[in-house]
Amino acid sequence: MTGVAVELTELTRLYGPTRALDGLTLHMQPGELVALLGPSGCGKTTALRILAGLDEATSGTVSVDGVDVSTMPANKRDMGMVFQAYSLFPHLTVLDNVAFGLKMRGKAKGDRLSRAAEMLELVGLGALGGRYAKELSGGQQQRVALARALAIQPRVLLLDEPLSALDAKVRTQLRDEIRRVQLEVGTTTLFVTHDQEEALAVADRVGVMNKGRLEQLAAPAELYAHPATPFVADFVGLNNKVPAQVSGGRAALLGLTVPALSGSVDGAGLAMVRPESVTVAADPTGSAKVTSVSFLGAISRVIVTAADGSVVTAQMASSAARVFSPGDAVTVGVDAEGVLVSPA
Amino acid sequence: MRRVRDGLPLLPFFAVVVVFLIIPTVTVVVSSVYVDGVFSLERVAALFTGTALSALLNSVLLSASTALLGALLGAVMAWLIVSSPPTSMVRRTVLSLCSVLAQFGGVALAFAFLATVGLNGVLTLWIQQATGWNLAGSGWLYGLGGLILVYTYFQIPLMVIVFIPALEGLREQWREAAVSLGASTWAYWREVAIPLLTPAFLGSVLLLFANAFAAYATAAALVSQGSPILPLLIRASLVSEVVLGQSGFAYALALEMIVVVAIVMAAYNLLVRRSARWLA
Amino acid sequence: MISARSVVRGALWVLFGLFFCFPLYAMADFSTRNLLAGGRTGQAWANLVTDEALYQAILVSLSLAVLTVVAMLILLVPTMIWVRLRAPWAKGAVEFLCLLPLTIPALVIVVGLRNVYLWVTYLLGESALTLTFVYVVVVLPFSYRAIDAALSSIDLQTLAEAARSLGAGWATTITRVVVPNIWSGVLSAAFISIAVVLGEFTIASLSGYETLQVQIVLIGKSDGPTSVAASLATLLFGFALLLILSLLTRGRRQQTGVTL
Repeated sequence: MTGVAVELTELTRLYGPTRALDGLTLHMQPGELVALLGPSGCGKTTALRILAGLDEATSGTVSVDGVDVSTMPANKRDMGMVFQAYSLFPHLTVLDNVAFGLKMRGKAKGDRLSRAAEMLELVGLGALGGRYAKELSGGQQQRVALARALAIQPRVLLLDEPLSALDAKVRTQLRDEIRRVQLEVGTTTLFVTHDQEEALAVADRVGVMNKGRLEQLAAPAELYAHPATPFVADFVGLNNKVPAQVSGGRAALLGLTVPALSGSVDGAGLAMVRPESVTVAADPTGSAKVTSVSFLGAISRVIVTAADGSVVTAQMASSAARVFSPGDAVTVGVDAEGVLVSPA
Repeated sequence: MRRVRDGLPLLPFFAVVVVFLIIPTVTVVVSSVYVDGVFSLERVAALFTGTALSALLNSVLLSASTALLGALLGAVMAWLIVSSPPTSMVRRTVLSLCSVLAQFGGVALAFAFLATVGLNGVLTLWIQQATGWNLAGSGWLYGLGGLILVYTYFQIPLMVIVFIPALEGLREQWREAAVSLGASTWAYWREVAIPLLTPAFLGSVLLLFANAFAAYATAAALVSQGSPILPLLIRASLVSEVVLGQSGFAYALALEMIVVVAIVMAAYNLLVRRSARWLA
Repeated sequence: MISARSVVRGALWVLFGLFFCFPLYAMADFSTRNLLAGGRTGQAWANLVTDEALYQAILVSLSLAVLTVVAMLILLVPTMIWVRLRAPWAKGAVEFLCLLPLTIPALVIVVGLRNVYLWVTYLLGESALTLTFVYVVVVLPFSYRAIDAALSSIDLQTLAEAARSLGAGWATTITRVVVPNIWSGVLSAAFISIAVVLGEFTIASLSGYETLQVQIVLIGKSDGPTSVAASLATLLFGFALLLILSLLTRGRRQQTGVTL
């Protein structure tokens, strides 16, 4: 089963004076998993619901496989949707839940139950067909919801923060599960989340949204290494914000200069530096001092105060961090292609 | 020993409840089968003859019809309220009005209808002036038909109060999930909403039945002569023992009432528990 | 944008509104009608205070309402607190007994009450105020639910232990620590009990006492407008009580509009 292309063009959604969506344009390739990432209120769920047909855009178009579906009612769009929680029908067994979409399409009982059983196997819950939603754990319920959405062989799969209501450990397991199933089935998928780790882990491309606008759409690695705006740099991954002076395309910070990435301001500003790009070297003549060392398992974070008073967090393997103690004199450096400097 | 000491402060409560609730109930049960100190089922047997039997049948008819009417109309009204935008003032007002009409109305409702469709009622006079037809002429208000109309007036609000929690328990995600899976509005109702609401609805019908069956005040205020229904027959046998030629017949009638209500309420409780499993 | 849906909804609201409001309007009209000369008169409403029997009945009912609320609170609040703190094994029994009056009709209670009240009148006299005891039982279900909900929303255990460890006796703990924290439940129970007592007819009339509702029915045989006025007053008062109550205890439940 191959996926189809999905195109959201210039979507705008107004609630009175509020712009929930402000000209969102997003083109999804067949079979691709795009994650929409952003803080609450950024419009990501609104975009998903407009695509599903559960909400109507004030202007703009939605097209699936080349056909404009903007005015098509939700129940005809042939899209599978997984909600955040509590979406399984409580009065039906798990099997009947999964078979529901097939029942709506008029499939014969034998056919739809066997297909439903197949989908349950796909998500690893083949044995639980006779149970009811209340008897399942949160993670299991979401798997059933996924099976139910896929049973109808939808052209598009929509996931609205499917992992947000689950425990941390279940979340990591289930997101890999979802990705595995999605790759196997090949459906074009839109995955909405506010958890940047989740988005980076499962998506082919990640779209970072803020205040109804798409700030950047890129593959996870690209997004991480080359954030296009200060918001993206701040939202995705941890960041130090270090005072810097930019001139001639180079930024001066922490006593050294590095190239300033395009999009940086000129003059005084705040440079975004990833903790893993900060180097710390023991140096009795160094002007910086170690303030604290946090052991986090495989990695540790070393917090250093520079000569000019700015505080920087460095991340390194715990084996390397072992040599540092609070009060040590050190030299800090930046090991990156460049830094993005935003207005102070 | 510890239990006894911890239980002592609960005595006043238990005392009041036992004396003013349990003892009267037990008195009714016992006195209906013990005539002059002798065990006898003659009173109970008399329940199924003559006036008593027709009163029972009328009560069942009245309760069942107003329960169904009230449940259907009340469900519609509950849906209206619940699907309105949550403008708190309108909702609060309507729900307060429903509480008053459903539970504390009794006598007042009888007079409300007397003032509307009684002999000198506002509506009666209007229609009389307009068409010359006397709406209240036949005195139907004081018979079973009138009681059905008036009872429905308090059954609908009761249904609203009892059914709204079930409607509010219908999660929006279920409708959206059904729609995204291809269900039309009708299919959603048929496959999801109605099956989920049915236990609550049936339970409410039972509650309305018990409510009408045990109701006294409204009927007593409307009907001053005759005893078409069971509660009024109880009044008659309490007020004038001579009418039925048997003293203490009231006990048997009361026993009958409590048995019917208890059975209906037990069934109601079963249904409510099932509904709460899905919709709480 | 007017859709078919809104038209249907609008029509339904109007129909229901008419059905429920018309009798109330009729009551207002009927009670202010000047039967002899035509036009309006406030005589029926004036009778609420000038007619001696009716006025007395109003006082009796109001006193009963107050007594019942006080007795109910004194009986129920300490009991429910005690059950939660010291006698959890009794919770099932207490809850069952409190909800029992919903299943035992008032009519049945009054039939079986004769013997009990022979004793009560023997000990306490013939006053209608002795109805308080029965009324406490009648209002139990509503009061129990209201107070139980309020008690469930606070950490009773911790509050009580804190108070006691600081030296407070049980009476102080209950009145000065717990009650202020379950105030909405107490108010709820009180207001609903008042409405129930003021509207109660069955037990009062068949026991031969002259409360407000009994008097209304008596008067109704000879003076329609006055009894209609009194009935409307009862309804409006009850409505005002419950409206005030709902404003005071602002939405504990999440109220959302539902799309169906």
